[in-house]
Amino acid sequence: MAADEQQIPTAVVEWEKLAASERFRALVRAKRRFIVPAMIFFIVYYFALPILVGYARPFMETRVFGAVNLAYLFALSQFFMAWIIAALYVRAANRFDKMARDVISEDKIDPAAAGQDRQA
Amino acid sequence: MNAALTMFLFFVAVTLVITYWAARRSQSAAAFFTASRRITGWQNGVAVAGDYMSAASFLGIAGLIAFFGYDGFMFSVGWLVAYLTVLLVVAEPLRNAGKYTMADVLAYRLNPRPVRAMASLSTLTVSTFYMIAQMVGAGALVTLLLGSSHISYQTAVIGVGILMIIYVVFGGMLATTWVQIIKAILLMAGTILLSFMVLAHFDWKIDNFFNAVTHVTYHDKGAVVTKNFLEPGLRYTAANHGALDLISLGMALVFGTAGLPHILVRFYTVPDAKTARVSVVWAMALIGSFYIMTTFLGFGAATIVGRDHIASHGGNNMSAPLLAQALGGDIFFAFIAAIAFATILAVVAGLTISASTSFAHDFYTNVIHKGVERSPGEEVRVARITAFVVGAIAMFVAILLGKDANVAFLVALAFAVAASANLPVIVFSLFWKRFNTSGAVLGLATGLAASILLIMISPSIMKVDPPGTAAAARHLIQRPAIFPLENPGILSIPLGFLGAIIGTFLRREPRAEARFAELIVRANTGLGAEKPVDE
Repeated sequence: MAADEQQIPTAVVEWEKLAASERFRALVRAKRRFIVPAMIFFIVYYFALPILVGYARPFMETRVFGAVNLAYLFALSQFFMAWIIAALYVRAANRFDKMARDVISEDKIDPAAAGQDRQA
Repeated sequence: MNAALTMFLFFVAVTLVITYWAARRSQSAAAFFTASRRITGWQNGVAVAGDYMSAASFLGIAGLIAFFGYDGFMFSVGWLVAYLTVLLVVAEPLRNAGKYTMADVLAYRLNPRPVRAMASLSTLTVSTFYMIAQMVGAGALVTLLLGSSHISYQTAVIGVGILMIIYVVFGGMLATTWVQIIKAILLMAGTILLSFMVLAHFDWKIDNFFNAVTHVTYHDKGAVVTKNFLEPGLRYTAANHGALDLISLGMALVFGTAGLPHILVRFYTVPDAKTARVSVVWAMALIGSFYIMTTFLGFGAATIVGRDHIASHGGNNMSAPLLAQALGGDIFFAFIAAIAFATILAVVAGLTISASTSFAHDFYTNVIHKGVERSPGEEVRVARITAFVVGAIAMFVAILLGKDANVAFLVALAFAVAASANLPVIVFSLFWKRFNTSGAVLGLATGLAASILLIMISPSIMKVDPPGTAAAARHLIQRPAIFPLENPGILSIPLGFLGAIIGTFLRREPRAEARFAELIVRANTGLGAEKPVDE
């Protein structure tokens, strides 16, 4: 297939060595430090909605602004929660991209050939 | 209602021109399956939104809010939050380590044939069920919207089926992408317009709008009732385990969206993982804005049109079109109706291409022929034939079921399978070194079987209907349900994970563990990832 011809010869890459390198392990640690807490936070925040709505209805029916109650505001806040986490992730991911480039360059592999700098 | 038909035919004409243009650029495998991996970030983001926001979103959620108020809005929330799993866990590793399908990532370090066979089965199950639900919806919609133009249910189903086959067979991923982009833009435009018209109706005062929502009056079992539609519990009551059902639905959405094959294949159409990330962000902006606006669509229909009028004019799925008619007259009704068709077409095209990619690439080439194309272009040829066959089957089943068939559970089923079968194995193969072939096969099988079995004994299939229910709308098994929830996620997702864990511990697979290093380096750095190809 056409795509295969453009592959860098991955047979020459020492995957084990790369995976064990300090730079790669730092990248994985950095990603985990962001992604795991972010996942836990959004899962807790999201499931709080059906749980509170299901089991604490009188509380959720408290009116906050005029007719608008807590249940609706909490549901609405979920959208902003998702957008904020996405924005924070994009910021962190730009750092991860740079770390990933360093991992590859450490092995003297041209990063452009690995498709990292393709996006202008 | 010929205005609706005219607008729809205009949309069809534009998409056919695009298909003609795309056909000449869709000859090679990479071009056909991934649009040569040259779709840009914003384009793919809009296409993901177009792929995802189905008629169930546009018509279904607006209808649920119009009829059940706040409980309907709960659906809107889950449909967006689910994208955080896609963004944080799945999109980038998949783009870095895969080629055409989700099974590519699994096959890296596991024994490819059994894993691809199971993954393909799961993909085809999700896609076909989802497609049948969309087709029945399309047919029913046409008879409601174009009642006076002599277009029957059958004609509508066949029309939608033929169009989606043309898009995919001739235009491949490139045509599918542009159909989805145009549809998403139309859908957003229609929704924004409708939302502003609702606000204008309330003199641009949001207070007036929400005050009206707090006392919605309608007939319920012969009596006139007035309810505060901002209060939860109108649909999911304590008596029918409402809270558990909502939690279960939330689980299926949050863990299932990242396992939907037709969403996952979209991340192979962009040049690299960073662009995949950008496209998820675009998709989240659009999808989130859309679902926030379902507030105006749904509550607007409840307050301006009224539940009684909607119930006597086609039922809750007609809420958004009827709102358009009340606010903008017949021409605006026609515009919204045409958007609803476009919505269905774009989604079924996405489902068709993901099903045929999985069959051709995973099952035909890699399982039957052990990864070797016997002649150049064979994989694409098989995919084109599969698209035709899958489309024909979906048309046939949709016609067989008829327009009154109760098919909403098929969408719930698709999400449940995606969450219970696909997501556990994707996550474990990326993050768990010990994970192996028997874990993947048992995980996929358990998730698939648990979802299907639990749905079959749930109130979606098992329910005693009141006497006088139309034959086609009757539940298949006229007995009280064994499993009380409409959504099986709360049980089937843990079962899927458990199956994958137990399967893993049944055997040791040194090769799978040894190749973990390669997979995580590829997934995290993009080293050796598939490149865009020249047209």
